[in-house]
Amino acid sequence: MKLQKATRCALFAILELASGHDRQLSANEIAEKYGISTNHLAKVLRSLGRVGLVEAVRGAGGGYRFSGNRRRTTLLDIIQLFETIDPIRNGEREDGDDTAEGKGLCQVLMEIEDTARATFASITLDTMIKLVDKNR
Amino acid sequence: MANPHARQSERKYSVRLARATDIPQVIAIDTENTALPKAEYWEDLFERYNSRPTELDDDTQPKSVKRYRFFLVACDGDTVLGFIIGEVRAWEFGSPPCGWIFAIGVRAGTRQGGVGHILLEALNERFRKAGVNKVRTMLARDDTLIMSFFRSQGMMAGPFIQLEKDL
Repeated sequence: MKLQKATRCALFAILELASGHDRQLSANEIAEKYGISTNHLAKVLRSLGRVGLVEAVRGAGGGYRFSGNRRRTTLLDIIQLFETIDPIRNGEREDGDDTAEGKGLCQVLMEIEDTARATFASITLDTMIKLVDKNR
Repeated sequence: MANPHARQSERKYSVRLARATDIPQVIAIDTENTALPKAEYWEDLFERYNSRPTELDDDTQPKSVKRYRFFLVACDGDTVLGFIIGEVRAWEFGSPPCGWIFAIGVRAGTRQGGVGHILLEALNERFRKAGVNKVRTMLARDDTLIMSFFRSQGMMAGPFIQLEKDL
């Protein structure tokens, strides 16, 4: 499974900002660590700001900080802001889906979608940060 | 919104084997969590898992198969705050002996207070003493609350996939 670029940027930014209490970083600092475009990241940070997950800090030494709840925000909450991980379950249809073969294929793909959704929905930022720490 | 009892994690609860007198409180916690009263089920589980001769203390292992079965409760005084049940199972689907957790419940008013964590740790300790080094459980895919709990304790998807069909 592959996540879209904006989703990965959002996850990296949130994990970075939420990894310490009141941690404050500029878009440049985050972009540099993950090798992503600062412009692209700035757009993603604005989207995260609109839903209250990050807030911009003005002034010298300003940047962004996490403003959500680490133990309540899941990976799915963030992913869903940028993409749909279960398009078939959400009614997206493609050519051939009305045939018996297409229906069978949709059934199998939905099984995969449901598992992916359950996985992302059950991993909070807090859990993810613990997982990240184990990989250091 | 954070649970007002969240700071209870610093309190010390005691974890011990469930006793017959705890079962009404276990039933009440389960009923509160699932809205499905099933007194007979819990009484039967107690009989099969913990009912033991009165001369045995909590740390003495019975000689029967019950030495691999654990029905634990977390208490604050006489109040049961939560329960967990598990057992060592061997060679199911070719799996070497491992610990299986098949029930856990925490009083809704004490969630986020560390009760689930100490119950799981206590059960894991008993599994370790029983000689296993892997613990498993199975959950409903849409039970995000409980799945998030187990994941927060470091559990990840294992190598088994559950399959089913309508009969």
